[in-house]
Amino acid sequence: MAQKRGQRGASSSADDPEVVARVPLQAVLLADSFNLKFRPITLERPKVLLPLVNVPMIEYTLAWLESVGVEEVFVFCCAHSQQVKQYLNQSEWTKPAARLSVTTIESHDAISAGDALRVIYEKSVIRGDFVLISGDTVSNMSLAQALHEHKERRKKDPLAIMTMVIKHSKPSNVTHQTRLGTDEVIMAFDPETKELLFYEDKADPSQRIISLDKILLADSPAFYMHNDKQDCYIDICSPEVLSLFMDNFDYQHLRRHFVKGLLVDDIMGYKIFTHEIHSSYAARIDNFRSYGTVTKDIMQSWTYPLVPNVRYFGCCSNMKLDRQGVFKALDVVQSRSAQIGAVTLIGSGSTIGDHSVISNSVIGQECTIGRNVSVHGCYIWNNVIIEDDCKLNHAIVCDGVHLRTGVVLEPGVILSFKVEVGQQITIPAYSKVSLLPQPSIQDSDEELEYADANSGVIESPSITSMISTRNAELSSDYSVTENSGLSEVGISGVGYIWCSFEGGNDDEWRHSVAPIPASKLAELSHDDYEDPDVSYQEVNSTPVSGELRPDSEITGDDDADGTDYGDSADFDKEVEATFQRALTGVNQENVILEINSLRLSCNKSHADCAGALFLSVIKLGLEAPHSSNGELYQNTAKEINRWKDILKHYLKSVDEEIEIILKFEEICLEIATEFSPLFSTILSSLYEKDILSEDAILSWASEKEGADESDKIFVKQSERFITWLKEASEEDDEDD
Amino acid sequence: MARMDFEVVVLAGGTSRNLNPLVSQEVPKALLPVANRPVLSYVLELLEASNLKDLIVVVEGEDAALRIGGWISGAYVDRLHVEVAAVPEGVGTAGALRAVASYLTANDVLIVSGDLVTDVPPGAVAATHRRHSAVVTALLCPAPVSGPSDTGTSGGKEKAKKPVRCNIVGLDPTRQYLLHLATGAEVEKDIRVQKSLLRAVGQIEIRADLMDAHMYAFKRSVLQDILDQKDKFHSIRQDILPYLIRTQLNSEVSDNGGIKSELGMDNISSQNDLRWLSQHREIAPSAFQEPHAFSLKPLPDARRTHKCCAYIASESKYCARLNSIQAYSDINRDVVGEASHLSGYSFSAQNNIIHPSAELGSKTTVGPQCMLAEGSKLGDKCSVKRSVIGRHCRIGSNVKIVNSIVMNHVTIEDGCSIQGSVVCSNVQLQERVVLKDCQVGAGYVVTTGSEHKSESLARK
Repeated sequence: MAQKRGQRGASSSADDPEVVARVPLQAVLLADSFNLKFRPITLERPKVLLPLVNVPMIEYTLAWLESVGVEEVFVFCCAHSQQVKQYLNQSEWTKPAARLSVTTIESHDAISAGDALRVIYEKSVIRGDFVLISGDTVSNMSLAQALHEHKERRKKDPLAIMTMVIKHSKPSNVTHQTRLGTDEVIMAFDPETKELLFYEDKADPSQRIISLDKILLADSPAFYMHNDKQDCYIDICSPEVLSLFMDNFDYQHLRRHFVKGLLVDDIMGYKIFTHEIHSSYAARIDNFRSYGTVTKDIMQSWTYPLVPNVRYFGCCSNMKLDRQGVFKALDVVQSRSAQIGAVTLIGSGSTIGDHSVISNSVIGQECTIGRNVSVHGCYIWNNVIIEDDCKLNHAIVCDGVHLRTGVVLEPGVILSFKVEVGQQITIPAYSKVSLLPQPSIQDSDEELEYADANSGVIESPSITSMISTRNAELSSDYSVTENSGLSEVGISGVGYIWCSFEGGNDDEWRHSVAPIPASKLAELSHDDYEDPDVSYQEVNSTPVSGELRPDSEITGDDDADGTDYGDSADFDKEVEATFQRALTGVNQENVILEINSLRLSCNKSHADCAGALFLSVIKLGLEAPHSSNGELYQNTAKEINRWKDILKHYLKSVDEEIEIILKFEEICLEIATEFSPLFSTILSSLYEKDILSEDAILSWASEKEGADESDKIFVKQSERFITWLKEASEEDDEDD
Repeated sequence: MARMDFEVVVLAGGTSRNLNPLVSQEVPKALLPVANRPVLSYVLELLEASNLKDLIVVVEGEDAALRIGGWISGAYVDRLHVEVAAVPEGVGTAGALRAVASYLTANDVLIVSGDLVTDVPPGAVAATHRRHSAVVTALLCPAPVSGPSDTGTSGGKEKAKKPVRCNIVGLDPTRQYLLHLATGAEVEKDIRVQKSLLRAVGQIEIRADLMDAHMYAFKRSVLQDILDQKDKFHSIRQDILPYLIRTQLNSEVSDNGGIKSELGMDNISSQNDLRWLSQHREIAPSAFQEPHAFSLKPLPDARRTHKCCAYIASESKYCARLNSIQAYSDINRDVVGEASHLSGYSFSAQNNIIHPSAELGSKTTVGPQCMLAEGSKLGDKCSVKRSVIGRHCRIGSNVKIVNSIVMNHVTIEDGCSIQGSVVCSNVQLQERVVLKDCQVGAGYVVTTGSEHKSESLARK
């Protein structure tokens, strides 16, 4: 039905702009975050259905959309689409009484917001300006003002196709992230028109300077740069936005591709504007830290009327607000000796045992908390059983989790659905535990930085001893022997601890619900003190009158080297592999062909090829059995002799020959130190075999003259040879 | 002598190449007449008005120094206490300061370019500097709207003209602190802002419509240290100021213990320094305050900062630098025109200044925004519009002078027409010469009937 209406609207809107103005306000709600930040929880349930203060997130988003007068919502579902559809079908939103119509659009091959919008475009349901929002956004802002501004701008300038909602939020000076756990965003906009001129949310932290195109100042005499604004991810878009996604089929990410793409594209001239909200609330739950932060904001009524004690959602009608921001359902069973501290919510049907202490936490429905339990800063969902003497600190505990006596959860722990933890076990900080094993190949996503991370279940000793087995097939990877010892004591646990991804562990604290440890902060702020040197050098590279700065160039070169270092190592390996094939009978010309194609594909120079080949040849010499340096030399000389044609093929000029010498130095120092005593002998044999010219050796030597002492070992070693060369050339000159 | 608050160094330059052929050995840049007064007099009188009467004037070149010194001692003998120092040509502004730095003793130094024509009180810049206890405070002015001298009807329509891009300036939200300054060739490049500064203030306003007016207040000890340690620094504008701005969160300039003992207040102010950037953060609603774990106490070895401040002159103030021929024409036009209060003369009812000793022939008209100095004679049927004519000029009949500057002792014979030009002293324009947008160097003779357009005429 929606489709039919859509087509009608589209056809009539084409000829009469007045009709466009009258179409009902529409919204596109993305019920998929297209990232993996909520794993492992999102393996079992879509993010939009995760409870936020005991209400699924999507309820907040839909409630807000309803409150701002949106009449039609298209919910785009991808992952777990059945769950989302089922939920919506049962919810109030699809009942006839609902003030807005919710239509789900399903696609299973969308891997990004860009794909989602392309699907929506193809359905041609959007007829006018629409609100683009993801299903994890909590807001109570009034859209009227922003919408009005957007429409007014559109009338004057049809190129103003999007209005972005932003809010003041100063990122921490130490961690450079906002309180929502997102990275700082650097924006620039025009102070008068609020046109967005620059947007950077993934600024390279090593870069101390942010560079803005001078074109920004071409039209306006001034603009503002901000890092204290937070992107609320609420966008008012014109229908062109969808067609732009269609035209640019490589746009995936709303901000990184679409917004930046529009900003740098000066041919089409599309413009994005910002609308800043001041007193109202808008935040998107992007990671665990924002989950925690937004939860607190809701409990403290910053999101009014979307707060637990307001009869906004049917399920929360029986909430009662006590002093100190404690929300309690009417049917909570609480021991007299239990203490419930500030800013805590306890869902209906939960019981709390004697002497338990709960603060700054959310407890879901039908939870059972034993005696002497301490819960601080935790988000405990429904039907959780916590036995006596457990200590929970800044953890997220999903539905159906069972913690046996004496379990300790360190800060930042995530326990996914139905995980059971055995007695007296301490789960280390930032661990993520799930019943499902960590997938070996991560699902498609544009943010798959860790797609190649270790696969399967990674065992770590502390885990195997901690989580014992009940379901044999689930835990077949665990060493059962170790666990059986524990099972005898009568404890049982179910779950896999997910390994943190390589390098990811360092960043785990950033996005966790736990407060950032003081040691981290100290470390970071210490780093900050170290940094300015770097910044100073970098700044130096801007030319300053009257002063030559040779060092700035060097810094630049270093950077370049650093970035392709891994690259060149790979290249060396590839060349070596090709070369190995040559040993097994492929003829030399084919080898040259293959190496040439490698060179082109890796964007390398002839010199790189020569270096890599030389390394392979040298390695051959090394592999042959040898007992003394003399033998090693013999072997190597033989190999060099055998392959000198190939080598010469790549030694077209002195530069490449020098490259070989430098490579040889590197080999002697790092890869095969056996060669270091033989450096000068091999050098002279290379000269004798006409592989290296006299010029190359001499210019290498002169290049090294200014180098550090440590760099000159080999020059010194070859001193006699070099002097001999020099004398020989002088004699030549005299002869002339 | 009692310690003064501020010492003043006026950098008068030498004979600027930009201003050829107007300047010469005889007339260094500082002595170029603006409304028949040397341009340097505008700065000197401005300083005098702020009660800054002890000045060091640094001049490039011995000859120029002698001439300028001679003129100052004649004109300001009882009013100012001026020392003129000569430095070799081409040492740059930093070099000029280096030459006199050892004579400086006050806590702060005000450095003013000698080619500045403004009515912004230096006292206000000095006060801002003191209030923030900054290491440097720079005067920023709205960039001048400069265009080709409007020919004929000046409709006053400045809209079409764009302000010249002189600098790109980064300011904090309160517009007190200078966070970025691009100058010279950098203005045409991409804008490179330090992230650490952006993080510290949260918002940087980048503006291209401000000009560094070359009036700076420096903390003396810092200035001396920089001059000593960075011996390659050549220019204040291009080296010293950018250096101070980019290191302001990681200060390398040392505050000598000497100053602390001299100034009891300094301890307090240096503590304030550490927090200065946080003072003007907006206060967020309490839910937006950072979690308590963030609020670390400042580390004991917190990095040192220093403050670079800006004093932004209001739009109503006049501010211009005489650094090009165009600017010379503009300033002359403005000083007898819209910024007439700067000239120090009183204007007649016709909004012009005609010295009583000047003689005008019959049917000769001198329009508004004109100036005619003593002893000059105009013949019959002449017409002068928006122009400045110097002393003892002899001008024949049927001469038209529009939008031009005629210096002293110039002879203009009958039937000449001068438009948008600068005619230096002792020039002779023979009959029926037509000049349009030309500069005529001192002592040059333009022969009968010749016509010139957009040329620079000077003696070899």
